[in-house]
Amino acid sequence: MNAFAYHFGFEFRVGIRNKALMLMNYLFPLGCYLMFGALMGSVNPPFLQTIAPAMSVFAVLSGALLGMPDTLVSAREAGIFRSYKINGVPALSILVIPVLTNMLHALVVTVIIVLTAPAVFDGVAPVNWIGFFLVFLVAAFALAGIGSLIGVVSTSSRMTVLLSQLVFLPSMILGGLMLPSSMLTGVLGKVALILPTTYAMDAFAGLAMGNSAGSHAWQSMGILLAAGLMAFGLALFLFSWDSRNSTRRGHPALALLAWLPYVIGLLLVL
Amino acid sequence: MSDAIIKVHDFRKVYGKVVAVEGISFDVRRGEIFGLLGPNGAGKTSTLESLEGLRRADGGTLCIAGVDPGRQGRQLRPLIGVQLQTSGLPDSFRVDEAMRFFCAYHGLPPRDDLIERVGLGEKRRAQYHELSGGQQRRLALALAVAHNPPVVFLDEPTAGLDVASRAMLHDLMRELQARGTTILLATHDMAEASEMASRVAILLRGRIAAIGTPMELTATGAGLTKISVSTEAGCLDSPGATFPAVQQALAKDNYHIYFSTDVGPTVSALIAYIAAQGDTLVDLRVERPTLEDRFLEITTKGAAR
Repeated sequence: MNAFAYHFGFEFRVGIRNKALMLMNYLFPLGCYLMFGALMGSVNPPFLQTIAPAMSVFAVLSGALLGMPDTLVSAREAGIFRSYKINGVPALSILVIPVLTNMLHALVVTVIIVLTAPAVFDGVAPVNWIGFFLVFLVAAFALAGIGSLIGVVSTSSRMTVLLSQLVFLPSMILGGLMLPSSMLTGVLGKVALILPTTYAMDAFAGLAMGNSAGSHAWQSMGILLAAGLMAFGLALFLFSWDSRNSTRRGHPALALLAWLPYVIGLLLVL
Repeated sequence: MSDAIIKVHDFRKVYGKVVAVEGISFDVRRGEIFGLLGPNGAGKTSTLESLEGLRRADGGTLCIAGVDPGRQGRQLRPLIGVQLQTSGLPDSFRVDEAMRFFCAYHGLPPRDDLIERVGLGEKRRAQYHELSGGQQRRLALALAVAHNPPVVFLDEPTAGLDVASRAMLHDLMRELQARGTTILLATHDMAEASEMASRVAILLRGRIAAIGTPMELTATGAGLTKISVSTEAGCLDSPGATFPAVQQALAKDNYHIYFSTDVGPTVSALIAYIAAQGDTLVDLRVERPTLEDRFLEITTKGAAR
């Protein structure tokens, strides 16, 4: 088995073996799915029309922002990356593999949600399964890119939590998961347009859920893909093997450039 | 030195305004165990990490088997094995997984024999965080040598280990040396350096304060040799019993103890005196200054400057 495949397999197993990652990859998103499905279904019935994409994006958010970044920071602080460097593990593998395994964990959760939502909560199933899978991949890549970027620029677990919540909470509240972004007006509506989940939900609506009215699905897909590539490229550029060495190639503030596609998305709407 | 596999020439490392290493030079011969000693902050880790390719030199040249560690990382990897001072492994790595993982990146089949060799056969399914400190260090050493590198860096390999684990690691180091592996050993343990290293360098404030074999270093110090003598009739009790090169003398528990700057003349004179007095020698012990004594002498002098 080649090194990349073995590394991928190991990282995937850790996502299940490690209690904190198990919580963020599976237990938290599935628990919230059951809770939101029960609560929101009675309080806000239209939520059930988007429960599958919304909880799928939530699962990706949970793993990518609450699980993955701290793992990267802890590994760097514990000298694990130094050990990897000495043994020839490339930086690309260190960043790509958690992104891929994170996407795979989220896919498992998404499959559970999409298959059970219609039966358990009378939720709406995707009308275009290929479109759903495609949007899922692009959205998961965009969010995992942000997660890896946070893991690279953050200097401590405390800062990781802060940066992750800075993206997670607004994405969850304003990003179209709980209620459609189109219902938000004024400043909140504009803030929603710089959140990746807004574009993910828009793409799901247009390409997977048969709700193309008012959707710019392919534009949203383009923005998500560009943002994912930028976030991942910046993570690779700013990656450092060791917190004790000042070998970072650029200022951590460069990470903000990952938001450029979302800002362009906002400008396109304005 | 023609068979040098590690060459350090005028190496300098600076962190901001702090000069960690100030132009040191030394060579390490193929198959040699070379000890790097020094108090905390002396520049050992900076030197080791620069040789391992983890840091860039700010001056001078470093070379391992013809490879510049700072610029030729890819070529360096198969040449070196490193046992880091800190863990360097994820907590959830199992012992056998760790071995497979690193062997895979070196393009080799897993070295399960090494897991057995370091006494972790029964722990192969245990996760890294479930191992004791000694077991973690043994695993780290097994991983460091799994790809049979010609040069191995060991940073405090036996710190905190019990006697049995320490002996096992020393045996493994001797095995490696017998196979021609060069070992650069950074340690605070003077007994270990004295026992294992062919040569040692003592670093102090970023400079080499002394370099040579442990015997050479202890011989060149100002340390006094302790000579303890016991005789049947106690002829040494006489106030007239004085001997050459003795700086200090005292009596304790039927022994006369002399601290000598030159052991040869002192012992010869002692034996001659005892014979001349018609007495019989019961016991004679000569204790040379240890590497630790010499180290303390050098570092204390250096600190006083």
